Amino acid sequence: MPDRPRRDGPGQRRADPSRRAGPVRDDGRLRQAEHVMGTVFSFDVPADVGAEALPSVLRWLHWADATFSPYAADSDVSRLGRGEAALSECAAELAEVLGLCAEVRALSGGYFTTTPGGAFDPSGLVKGWAIERAAAMLRAAGSRNHSVNGGGDVQCAGEAGPRRPWRVGIAHPLRAGELATVVTGRDLAVATSGTAERGPHIVDPHTGRAATALASITLVGEHLTTVDAYATAAFAMGNAARDWIESLEGHEAFAITASGAVWQTEGFAAYAA
Amino acid sequence: MRRALLAIAGTAAGLVMLLSFKSHTAPGGGTATAGGPGPPPAGQGSSASPSPAGLNGAGSSGASGNGTVSPGTRVVTGNVANTAYGPVQVQLTLRQSKIIKVAILEQPTSTNEDIQIGNFAFPKLIRETLSVQSARIDMVSGASYTSKGYVQSLQSALDGGSA
Repeated sequence: MPDRPRRDGPGQRRADPSRRAGPVRDDGRLRQAEHVMGTVFSFDVPADVGAEALPSVLRWLHWADATFSPYAADSDVSRLGRGEAALSECAAELAEVLGLCAEVRALSGGYFTTTPGGAFDPSGLVKGWAIERAAAMLRAAGSRNHSVNGGGDVQCAGEAGPRRPWRVGIAHPLRAGELATVVTGRDLAVATSGTAERGPHIVDPHTGRAATALASITLVGEHLTTVDAYATAAFAMGNAARDWIESLEGHEAFAITASGAVWQTEGFAAYAA
Repeated sequence: MRRALLAIAGTAAGLVMLLSFKSHTAPGGGTATAGGPGPPPAGQGSSASPSPAGLNGAGSSGASGNGTVSPGTRVVTGNVANTAYGPVQVQLTLRQSKIIKVAILEQPTSTNEDIQIGNFAFPKLIRETLSVQSARIDMVSGASYTSKGYVQSLQSALDGGSA
């Protein structure tokens, strides 16, 4: 693989995302990837809609990065966290995100938190919310079938091709480069929390220590905002997440424990490829 | 019945995890499972002695072995996993890193129920294993990668280097 310049800082961004187009496949679909939010977003969209709509979606994602990044000193999240700005002085979307955070926090018995490292940081919800919003923007632009992957969390709309549901491989947390399973469906949201990429970094808010019972947990549902935030909370919960997810309507889970054992919720089989 | 099924696995990952095979044969420690016309891939031991290719030609209990059946194809035999229901041993045939065949060398047979469960569960798990490893996929979900981590990811390969 050729060495490419990489942008790793959340504050760095490309000047004009619209100048680069990804490869258009034989089936008339466009693949594009964009460095944003400290990770890479991957898009699979109909080529005609994508060429038209992707530039504004990418601009919006960079705006969301600048607004919500806890690493950028001048972001709304940083200014609110330091008490330098009131919520009313921040982007309206921040209030929306905080409302969603409060819901997930209550529903998860406090396993989801907006202060994971002590300081104010709603990142546990922002990425999934931004991915789902990007997918909704593509729908509003006329696309019925597309998929957006933000650093390993995926929102799929419609289907991958005529009568072909989306298929999302789940990376094996203990065997690099291998898949643990494949989930499939229409209008599918898939999020995985785990230690494979960044090590133990999800803190159990009740103990203050990094959660280590699971190697990874994958949640499946319809809307990535909740699916992704629940995945973060479920990882902090460990094996107790199984009963919690069973109690949630419309969500299923597949987990691989630190020792390599596997469990899944009752309804997960409906998503198995 | 249900409990036993769950214990056996339930997913393709579960079956693969029963393997616990070593990827390289320790000198003298491996048992060749099959011989073939082609030379062994570089980096592998050349201890494969020709023997009939077949499930029952597998190594003895506890052995892990690599053998060559044709150029680019390897047979790997897992260690015997002693489950609560009896010993299970699995053998894989791989072409490059893809699993192209799964054979169950040993499965619990001490009761009729064991046999019934095995006859139901193992073919299902084998199908799942093969479909996962050779699956066409559109996207990959996994622990959040950084921009650097993306370069090494399966997702990057799917995107065709457009980032």
